[in-house]
Amino acid sequence: MTRLIGQRLLAMVPLLLIVSFLTFSLTALLPGDPADLILGDRATAEQYEMVHERLGLDQPFLVRYVQWLEGAVRGDLGTSFFNSVRVVDAVVQRMPATLSLTLASVLISVVVGLGAGVAAALRPRSWIDRLATFGATIGQAIPNFWFGLILVSVFAVALNWFPATGYVPFKDSPGQWLRSITLPALALGLSTSAAIARQVRSAMVGVLQQDYIRAARAQGLSALRVTFKHALKNALVPVITVLSFQVTVLLGGALIVEQVFAINGIGSLAIAAVRQQDIPMIQGIVLVLVLVVMLVQLVTDILYGLINPKARPS
Amino acid sequence: MSETLLDIKDLRVSYGGRSFLGLRSTGFEAVKGASLSIRAGETLGLVGESGSGKSSIANTLLGLVPAASGTMRFNGTDLAALDTHYPPEVRRNIQAVFQDPYSSLNPSMTVEQIVTEPLKIHTSMSRAERRERAAELLRLVNLPETHLPRFPNEFSGGQRQRIAIAAALALQPKLIVLDEPVSALDVSTQNQIINLLYERRDALGIAYLLIAHDLALVHHISDRIAVMYLGHIVEEGPADRVYHRPAHPYTKALLDAVPLLDPARQRARRAARRAAPASELPRMAEAGCPYRNRCAFAMERCHKDVPTSLDVSGGGTAQCFLVEGGTAGVSGLKEKVTT
Repeated sequence: MTRLIGQRLLAMVPLLLIVSFLTFSLTALLPGDPADLILGDRATAEQYEMVHERLGLDQPFLVRYVQWLEGAVRGDLGTSFFNSVRVVDAVVQRMPATLSLTLASVLISVVVGLGAGVAAALRPRSWIDRLATFGATIGQAIPNFWFGLILVSVFAVALNWFPATGYVPFKDSPGQWLRSITLPALALGLSTSAAIARQVRSAMVGVLQQDYIRAARAQGLSALRVTFKHALKNALVPVITVLSFQVTVLLGGALIVEQVFAINGIGSLAIAAVRQQDIPMIQGIVLVLVLVVMLVQLVTDILYGLINPKARPS
Repeated sequence: MSETLLDIKDLRVSYGGRSFLGLRSTGFEAVKGASLSIRAGETLGLVGESGSGKSSIANTLLGLVPAASGTMRFNGTDLAALDTHYPPEVRRNIQAVFQDPYSSLNPSMTVEQIVTEPLKIHTSMSRAERRERAAELLRLVNLPETHLPRFPNEFSGGQRQRIAIAAALALQPKLIVLDEPVSALDVSTQNQIINLLYERRDALGIAYLLIAHDLALVHHISDRIAVMYLGHIVEEGPADRVYHRPAHPYTKALLDAVPLLDPARQRARRAARRAAPASELPRMAEAGCPYRNRCAFAMERCHKDVPTSLDVSGGGTAQCFLVEGGTAGVSGLKEKVTT
C-alpha cells in the first residue's frame, strides 16, 4: 500500500508540470493588457513600460514561466497585480470556506446517496425504490444555485432556522460554522446525492444477485450482515469512482453556490481575479485547485486498493 | 440403512404470487407437490431440465425461498412451517455449494475469511482456533494452506469450487446441497471435484442433495436418483435402477440425450426420436399427465388423469400409468417390443 501511494505521488509531478504550463500559457493568451486596468485611459508609453517592467511582463514568455515555476516550487505563487497581496496568502485565507463547503456536501451526498441507494436496492420495484429513483432524477435535474435559493427562502427567510448568507470560520465558532454551511452544502450536495444513489442502487442490485449473497444467507447470516458486509462493500467500488469525479464537480459547483450564499471562498476570489486580469492570482488559484483534485484522485486510488483486492498492485 | 435425515412431502413453491392493489395473482408454481427423502450419509441425485424446479427445491430447503405448502422435515423439525426463519442449529447442518464458483465467493474476502465465516457465526471458536480449522479445511479439499491469505480472483474455477466446498464442510453439516457443483467447470476439473466430493462424503458421513442435469455424472456418485419434470418428481429410485432401467418416459428421454459412443447406435436412436410425435409447449400441460404432450407413449387416459407415484419393479416410484401393476415401466415396454 505504501508503494502504491509512493507511485501515485511520483506520478503527480509530471502531471502538475504540464498543468502549470497550460495554466501559465492560457493566462498569457488572455486578450488585453493588465496595464490598461492599472493605468486607466490616459497613460503614456513610459508609464506602460514602467508597469510592464514592475509586473515582469517585459520578459519573454518562457523566462517568465521558469521564474514563476521556481517560485511555485518554493511555495511562492507571486503577488497580485493590484493590491500586492501574496497569492498564496489570499488562497490560504479563502480556501477553508470552499473546502468546508465541498467536504460537507460530500458527506451529505454520501450519507443520503448510500441510504437511498441501499434502501431502493433491497426492495427493487417497491414504492421506496420508485420514490428514490424519482427523487434521484429530480435531484440531478435541479440546478444547485436554484435549489440554494429555494432553501434560503424556506429555511432562512420563512422559518429563520439558518442564516441566509455568510460564512463563519470553524475556529471562530463551530456551532455557527455548522449553521452557516448547512444550507449551501445541501444545495451543492443534491445532485451528487442523486448520482450516488443511482450508482449504489444499480451496483447493489447486481451484487445482491450474486451467489455469494445466496451462500451467505444460506449460512444463516443476519440480513444486516449480508447487506452491509457482503453486498455493500462490493457495491462500493463503482460508487467511489462516481464520488471521485463528483468531488471535482462539487468544487466547481462550490464556486457558484458561494455566490448565492455570499460566502467569501475561492469562488469570489477567482471571479474577481478574472475580471481584473490578475494573472498571478488566476494561475495560483487554478494550480491549487488542480492540486486538490489530484489529491482526491490519490485518496480514491487508496480507497480502491482497500476495498477491491483486484486493484491492489501485486 | 440409517435413519431418514430429510423428508420432503408434497412441497409446493411458487414465485410472484403477491397481491397488488387487491388483485391477486397466483404467480408461477415452480414446484408442484414434490416428495423426496434423504437418509443420513446418503446421496440423492436430483435431475431434470432447466426450469424443472430442481433449484427451487434447493432454495426452499436452504431457507432462501419460502415454501407455499407441504412439509420439509429435517432431523424432526418441519422447515416449511418456519417460513425461512431457521434456527441456527438447522442452518449449521445444511450447507450449500453453488454452480458458479466465480459468483459464489465474495471477491473482497480472503480465502481464510470465506472458509471461517460459518465458524464465526455458529461457533465460539477463537481466532487462532478458526485459523487452524481453516488450514485443516484447505487440506481436506487438497489445497495448500498458503492460499489462506489470498483473494478469490487469484484462483481458477476448480480451485474456487474447492474453496466453496471447504466453506461448506467447515461446520461438519449433516447435509450439503450441491446445486450444479461442476457444470461451470472444465470436464477434467469436473472429475476432480466429483472425486473430492465422493471422498469427503465417505470420510465424514455427510448426506448430499446433488442437483445436476447430467444423468451419467449423477449416477456415478448417487445412491438414489430423483427426476424432476415441470415441478413434479416423475421418477425416483435406486441410482442403478433409474439409470439402467428407467420407468418413466421422461427419464428415458433424458438418458437418450446422453450421446452414445457408437455412431451407428447414435444414428438409430436419433431416427427413432425423430419418428416420435412433435412436442407442444411443455408449460401448456395443466390437466392430465404433465409430460403427455412430449411423451412418445401417451395414451388416451394420460390426457384426462394425472398419474400418481406408483411402485416400480426393481425399486422406487414413477408417476406414469405404464408402471401400473408394479412393472418396469417404459424399460419393460421396450424389451417387449424388441424381443
